Amino acid sequence: MVPTTRHRLWLLLLPYIGLLWVPFYNFRDPALFGIPFFYWYQLAWVPVSALLTWVAYGTYSHED
Amino acid sequence: MGFVAARWRRPKTLAVLDEWGLGGRQFGTWITWFLVGGDFYTAYTVIAVPALVYSVGAYGFFALPYTIIVYPFVFTVMPKLWHVAKEQGYVTAADVVHGWYGSRGLELAVAATGVVATMPYIALQLVGMATAIKALGLIGELPLVAAFVILALYTYSSGLRAPALIAFVKDAMIYIAVIAAVALIPGRLGGYGAVFAAAEEAFKAKGSGGVLLAPSQYAAYASLALGSALAAFMYPHTLTGVFASRSANTIRKNAVLLPAYTLMLGLLALLGYMGRAAHLKVASANDVVPALFHTVFASWFAGFAFAAIAIGALVPAAVMSIGAANLFTRNFWKAYVDPQVTAAGEAAVAKMASLVVKAGALLVILYLPTQFALDLQLLGGLWILQTLPALVFGLFTRWFTAPALLAGWAVGLFGGTYLASTDGLKPLHALTFGDTTLTAYTGLIAFAANVTATVLVNLGVRSLTKRPSN
Repeated sequence: MVPTTRHRLWLLLLPYIGLLWVPFYNFRDPALFGIPFFYWYQLAWVPVSALLTWVAYGTYSHED
Repeated sequence: MGFVAARWRRPKTLAVLDEWGLGGRQFGTWITWFLVGGDFYTAYTVIAVPALVYSVGAYGFFALPYTIIVYPFVFTVMPKLWHVAKEQGYVTAADVVHGWYGSRGLELAVAATGVVATMPYIALQLVGMATAIKALGLIGELPLVAAFVILALYTYSSGLRAPALIAFVKDAMIYIAVIAAVALIPGRLGGYGAVFAAAEEAFKAKGSGGVLLAPSQYAAYASLALGSALAAFMYPHTLTGVFASRSANTIRKNAVLLPAYTLMLGLLALLGYMGRAAHLKVASANDVVPALFHTVFASWFAGFAFAAIAIGALVPAAVMSIGAANLFTRNFWKAYVDPQVTAAGEAAVAKMASLVVKAGALLVILYLPTQFALDLQLLGGLWILQTLPALVFGLFTRWFTAPALLAGWAVGLFGGTYLASTDGLKPLHALTFGDTTLTAYTGLIAFAANVTATVLVNLGVRSLTKRPSN
């Protein structure tokens, strides 16, 4: 157990902040390919959240 | 196909609950990915999420934040739970709870909640299957009964290995259908800009819903997403997928990889708007996806997509019945009927229980209105969320006691059910603070009451038990 690297776990709070505070993203503009911001912002969180989880995974990759 | 599964990675014997009900706890990253993906993003989801977006607009999109924020939770909690289950040989959530707190009452509460919450969920998979079968042009109850018999037999003989193997086929088919749909349909309808404009017009004409949220819907949207995310992996079928993993890191890797399904779900949800833009006339919102596929795809491809959805329903329905059967065997049969049951006896009881559970779900669909299953499934989410403190808090602290957790569970479950019944079984409840009103997910409100009650009772219990020793 290396306590310093466990700090990466705090990254996992970001998706909750980014998605649960609705006033951040309940807009039409800027649209992307005709898709309102509300939709593509949330869709964009899918890869971002997966990436953050992958970074956090680096903390554990040598464990079982 | 399902019967081949009995021979796939053949164990020495299938007559042990670990083998029949958890696939020998040997599933690696890819099998777990297909199994949990196929089991969490159910056939019913494929039909119901676009249907909700079609009916109400942006609010129906909460399934997307829900299926994103569920994974950080899975990443932090589920590997710990897996370790506990693996080390002690636990098969169900109620096993874990009994192991920690030694309380038969709390074990029974968790097990019963799991079984009761799962039954309507299985019934809804059959609804999804029936919708797809109807779209294929087959009518009557015979196709549904036939699909049911196949499901029952292949689960009976092969256990969890069967849905794991079928999940490969089903997911590949569904991915192809969804990618084709989101790539081709907007082009036919004049691009995403035109799709959203048409949807907006339709909502305006209808007088409710919209492609953006009203400020009064913010709390509802966020609390539905959070509450659903916390509840998702408390269900017996999702936990079965977790416990069947080979290692804790298998689960962590899946928390990184499973969002690929979420992306698919988000794109699928947009089909609801495409249904609006295509000016479909449907009798029920659940027919939006089938009607859309019929309108824009060649008939052979539409048939392929419906077959994918119908096969897709087999996977979650099978895993759900296995999860419920495991609970019945370990936490009712072994706890009360036959504590001396052998390993082979456990597997035999679980096989029978899985048949009974599925027959029950089929009867619900055939003889009760679909709305009944829908209402129960909504309440099921509320109920299963109330088992979270008992199952998860113990991973982080030993402070809580069984009476407190049981009291919190009762407050959340019965209080939440009461609130929902006063709201006409709608999932939202309006809370009034002075002159501001906040509408939020009833399950999450009940969960907050549950945690508060648990903490208060626990303070009481601990101060009572401490006093004599002081």
